[in-house]
Amino acid sequence: MAKKQLVETTINGEPVEFLCEPRQSLLESLRDILGLTGSKEGCLTGDCGACTVLVDDRPVCSCLMLGVEARGKKITTVEGLAEGTKLHPLQQKFLEDASLQCGICTPGFLMSAKSLLDRNPNPTEAEIRYALAGNLCRCTGYDKIVRAVMDAAKVIQAR
Amino acid sequence: MHEFSYEAPTTVDQAVKLLSADGDSARIICGGTDLLIQMRNAVRKPRLLVDVKAIPEMRQISFDPKTGLKLGAAVPCIEIHENQTMRKYYPGLTEAAHLIGSLQIQSRASIGGNLCNSSPAADTSPALLALGAVAKIAGPNGTREVPVEKFFTGPGQNVLQKGEIVVQILIAAPAPHSADRYIRMIPRNEMDIAIVGAGACVTLDGDKVTAARIGLGAVAPTPILAPKAAEYLIGKKLDEKTAERAGELAREAASPIDDMRGTAEYRRHVVGVLTRRALLGAAERARQN
Ligand code: FES
Ligand code: FES
Repeated sequence: MAKKQLVETTINGEPVEFLCEPRQSLLESLRDILGLTGSKEGCLTGDCGACTVLVDDRPVCSCLMLGVEARGKKITTVEGLAEGTKLHPLQQKFLEDASLQCGICTPGFLMSAKSLLDRNPNPTEAEIRYALAGNLCRCTGYDKIVRAVMDAAKVIQAR
Repeated sequence: MHEFSYEAPTTVDQAVKLLSADGDSARIICGGTDLLIQMRNAVRKPRLLVDVKAIPEMRQISFDPKTGLKLGAAVPCIEIHENQTMRKYYPGLTEAAHLIGSLQIQSRASIGGNLCNSSPAADTSPALLALGAVAKIAGPNGTREVPVEKFFTGPGQNVLQKGEIVVQILIAAPAPHSADRYIRMIPRNEMDIAIVGAGACVTLDGDKVTAARIGLGAVAPTPILAPKAAEYLIGKKLDEKTAERAGELAREAASPIDDMRGTAEYRRHVVGVLTRRALLGAAERARQN
């Protein structure tokens, strides 16, 4: 067996150390080693975006990154969105606007949307659709997701 | 995925040593957006992955108005898109980088990776061809420079020898009144592989074209230049009519195939259309420079 490597990284603001084999993706490392099962596995080919996490504040498909590549990086997963029991405005609006059905795509959409709003707090609908183009949803038809992001942007701006 | 080991050297020399030592079974990982899928499908089974993203010179964009651009081969596409120098001086290459996959993919994928994966349909390759870009390659026998038009040897194949790494992409500083443009056609609005990609770079003197290069993707076993179309334009005014004619000449350079994205006949037609549009777009930008 290829030797396990020690990875020191930061996940959701906390320093974290874990051991993984080089062949384990970041997604596997998060889910199976660290028990952070919020990030979902859909395609494993970078197409669906269900596994999206932020790496140094940029959206990345965690299925197409190795766990060992997380060394020294700052990782944010859907588990890091809420502050305690207080939901992030995106999470709140996804609930209020009924922007999910089965929910498997939701963590990925939330992370892509967070990365957009962190960079551009006042996006146009076209900019939102562009930023979410790497996330697929087979249930909602996307429209309610786009509305939720627009509504969350308003909440964030009003703060 | 099969088992392998992983190293992340911080210098080119270390990376070359690692790659040379493990012979054919070592592979470079940069963004991994092609490689990890190939490995999951057991198309490639490297024993060692050498991550080049910790090598500083491969992660930097440096531009000098005299000597031109040194673009680190491992710079992620999204950083290229956000870089003001790239947007200003190489807008065509920058728009090509920003067309690759989703934002998730652009956060990882690099122009060096796009080049070395050597897909005939790679979006940044026609743009690099149009700019006359050169790959700076480091290897066990020192460094060498290979123009992008001499880099590809077949679908998925290139001139890289055992232990060699593309460290940087070198591009001359743009001449006055020159500019580039890249356009592609895909079956859907975003995020697909090109049916045809066309890159153009033109230099104007008043109304007249003094230099032109046209790169094409997805219409031959490798990305190609369309030299006849470019030569035709020299000394002419670049307008709808001459751009149309250049498009016809570019069609002759193409040798496309039928696949699920389009027929050969359709592709040949689209080569003409996109070449014309890319040329006119490049000229419009050049007039403002
Ligand atoms: S599981 Fe990663 S993109 Fe689909
Ligand atoms: S809610 Fe089911 S896939 Fe999006």
